[in-house]
Amino acid sequence: MADPAIAIVGAGPAGIRAAEALSRHGLSAILVDEAPKGGGQIYRQPPDSFQGPASSRYGFEARKASALHLTIKRLATAIDYRPSTLAWNVCDGRLDTLCAGRGESVVFDILVIATGAMDRMLPLPGWTLPGVYALGGAQIALKYQGCAIGQNTVFLGTGPLLYLVAYQYAKAGAKIEAVLDVNPAHAKRRALFALASSPRTLAKGIYYRASLGTHGIAVEEGVTPMGIAGTDEVREVHYRRGSVDKSVRCDAVGLGFGLKSETQLADLVGCRFRFDGESRQWLPERNSDGESTVSGVYLAGDGAGIGGADAAELWGERVGLSIAARCGRRHDASRIAKIDRRLARLARFRAGLERAFPLPLLGSTLPDDTILCRCESIRVGQVKDAIRAFDVVEMNRMKAISRVGMGRCQGRMCGHAAAELLAAETRQDLAAVGRLRGQPPIKPLPMPWPGTP
Amino acid sequence: MTGHAVTERLRVDVAIVGGGIAGCSAALHLRRRGLSVCLMEKGALGSQASGVNFGGVRQQGRHFAELPLARRSREVWGRLPELIGTDCEFIPSGHLKLARNEEDLAALERYAADAAEFGLELEMMGRKRVHDEHRWLGENVIGGSLAADDGHANPRLLTPAFGRAARAVGADLREFTPVVETERDGARFRVRCATGLEVSATSLVNTAGAWGGEIAAAFDEPVPIETIAPNMLVTEPLPSFITRAVGVCGGDVYLRQVARGNVVFGGGDGWADSSLERSRPSSETSARAIERALGLVPALQSALVIRSWSGIEGGMPDDIPVIGFSSTTPNLIHAFGFSGHGFQLGPVIGIIIDELVGTGASTSPLGAFDIGRFHGAADLRHVSAANPEQEGAKR
Repeated sequence: MADPAIAIVGAGPAGIRAAEALSRHGLSAILVDEAPKGGGQIYRQPPDSFQGPASSRYGFEARKASALHLTIKRLATAIDYRPSTLAWNVCDGRLDTLCAGRGESVVFDILVIATGAMDRMLPLPGWTLPGVYALGGAQIALKYQGCAIGQNTVFLGTGPLLYLVAYQYAKAGAKIEAVLDVNPAHAKRRALFALASSPRTLAKGIYYRASLGTHGIAVEEGVTPMGIAGTDEVREVHYRRGSVDKSVRCDAVGLGFGLKSETQLADLVGCRFRFDGESRQWLPERNSDGESTVSGVYLAGDGAGIGGADAAELWGERVGLSIAARCGRRHDASRIAKIDRRLARLARFRAGLERAFPLPLLGSTLPDDTILCRCESIRVGQVKDAIRAFDVVEMNRMKAISRVGMGRCQGRMCGHAAAELLAAETRQDLAAVGRLRGQPPIKPLPMPWPGTP
Repeated sequence: MTGHAVTERLRVDVAIVGGGIAGCSAALHLRRRGLSVCLMEKGALGSQASGVNFGGVRQQGRHFAELPLARRSREVWGRLPELIGTDCEFIPSGHLKLARNEEDLAALERYAADAAEFGLELEMMGRKRVHDEHRWLGENVIGGSLAADDGHANPRLLTPAFGRAARAVGADLREFTPVVETERDGARFRVRCATGLEVSATSLVNTAGAWGGEIAAAFDEPVPIETIAPNMLVTEPLPSFITRAVGVCGGDVYLRQVARGNVVFGGGDGWADSSLERSRPSSETSARAIERALGLVPALQSALVIRSWSGIEGGMPDDIPVIGFSSTTPNLIHAFGFSGHGFQLGPVIGIIIDELVGTGASTSPLGAFDIGRFHGAADLRHVSAANPEQEGAKR
């Protein structure tokens, strides 16, 4: 039997480790990645013209980053590695890709989806003002372009990334006006036991948090964001703490509420999804081998549920080993058992993080004139009107009637807030309102399309 | 027999199977007549052909048998706000049908002459005039004909709006209620649903679109219906410049620009399987439609396509629907198989169904749509369209 054609989407920690494990078992793969260099979002490599040691860019994770970069460099000659390539559709064993204006269909028998995660955004008044960036975007500006998003920055939201990015900005010498966490300190204390399952990671988190103090940066926990003010650009962040209304002046805001999985390809290929109550998002199902409900389609890394970079590397290798076994290669059962044990421990840590930094309940608390869907410029009040006018109870019907999620991001940005609003307005559970169906292309594609002369 | 326990029984005057535009409009008009109505739809109202189509509100280019119905439906389109409380973003922009070669132009001229007999006035435009008045057209256009009171609307709103209006006057519309069996029960019909609902009705209306053939077959009048799927795309919002709904001879591309600025276009076939209830656009079809759209409107070069989609529709071999009484069963009325161009007709189809149920006859000529035309023809897939001017895709 000939070896199957294997395609991997995403050259982050999961995709690279999957390719490596396959390669170790004599299996080659086509590795498609949107970025010009491997590493993913977390271990993003700078352009060649940027110098400087890895330690200044990746901090405590420099060793892991360097190891991963070395792996992809070594693999690049052994496998069919395709950087700067967007996978924009998948259907019937075929991946449609675009690279430098040229289209190509990649035919596969086995697909590994390692598409990672993006910032989870929640709208608030003023969130579309120039000067508001996703936390991940703020981090990319620093890591990839060596610049800060503003002269006087406020970081607002929740999640480990809030503190990490603030720490990285402070270390790089940027001026931070405030770090505002919507979750209270006691949520973190309650989660300590679970977080202690990965003591080194916990220690790093505590260090980031503490070092903000030594840089003299105000950290406020348990705040309620009221809005971002400004006319043509960000001027001020308004928030409430207890019963006190406060504000802080700034010219940039890094905003984020944890991460969400990039699941569009899993959706298009037909994977069954389940609602994950802990992270309050819909995720493609996978078994212990990492295989989805579609035979031959595997899921690795944050694209199938947020687990972090270490879990992503392990899942990548685990999926590689599963596929090797499927292809009749000898595999190391003790290695698989070891990976599974580590993944179980990381899952406990992840559960602790979800408890320490839960996504704030938005419901229908936003003022009616807040923009909900920024691609289509649709405000909260318009969506409420549409829900009432047509007795909408389900997300795709809401999209059809109100246009929320019909724009260029197809709801990746606003989908969660829209679901919360619909659930609150119709007094249903978040899971009951369903999820938006994706359509190709998963990212906007200029006319003419690749493949046409 | 079907394995579904009956948990709810309803007794109504009219049972309607299929909650697309035809079924929802029928529910509204039958209810306004004072009849009790239960409509059963296996998904959400208007989630297949009625909701995913191009949104063309077009009389021009239709089969002549459809023109009297389309003329009448256009009048309904003009009074949608009074009828259902919204205009469904209907813009009477005019529909411009374009010729890209001399033969097509001659065909447009012949069609315009014949359409005039049905009261549809079409304005012929030569190369100079069509380009003078539509500076955004590409060089490959050599002329066209304009139907000034045609236009376009938002298909995602039309069926839900008819459904809402029907409910407001007391029609019982059941969504996510798949019908598993339809049969004659003495003088009445019995309709069983997967949800446990069983409806007993005096009249049965089949507006089941791509699934309409299954109901016809259940009453011993099978038809050669095919599953077809539109292949639609939409760009990011652009400054407004495409002032008409646009089609071409041959129908391989059609486009319109909505008020928000997005350009909606399509052409060719997507993929669909009515038994799996799945459909999706095809990358190859999309690429070809984009190429043709760029030929018609070169300024779309580099515009971003943000989404594509498809849906499930029933196509008849002669490209016109089945509308009218059953040939085998009293009080059974069919209206399905609109072959990709039922959106504009939808509102009037409900009125025609109401006339058939209420009075036994319609004021519109329906002879060409009789289901009897397929009797004895085991495979009519190769019957060609009666009208060579027929567009291939007329959503």
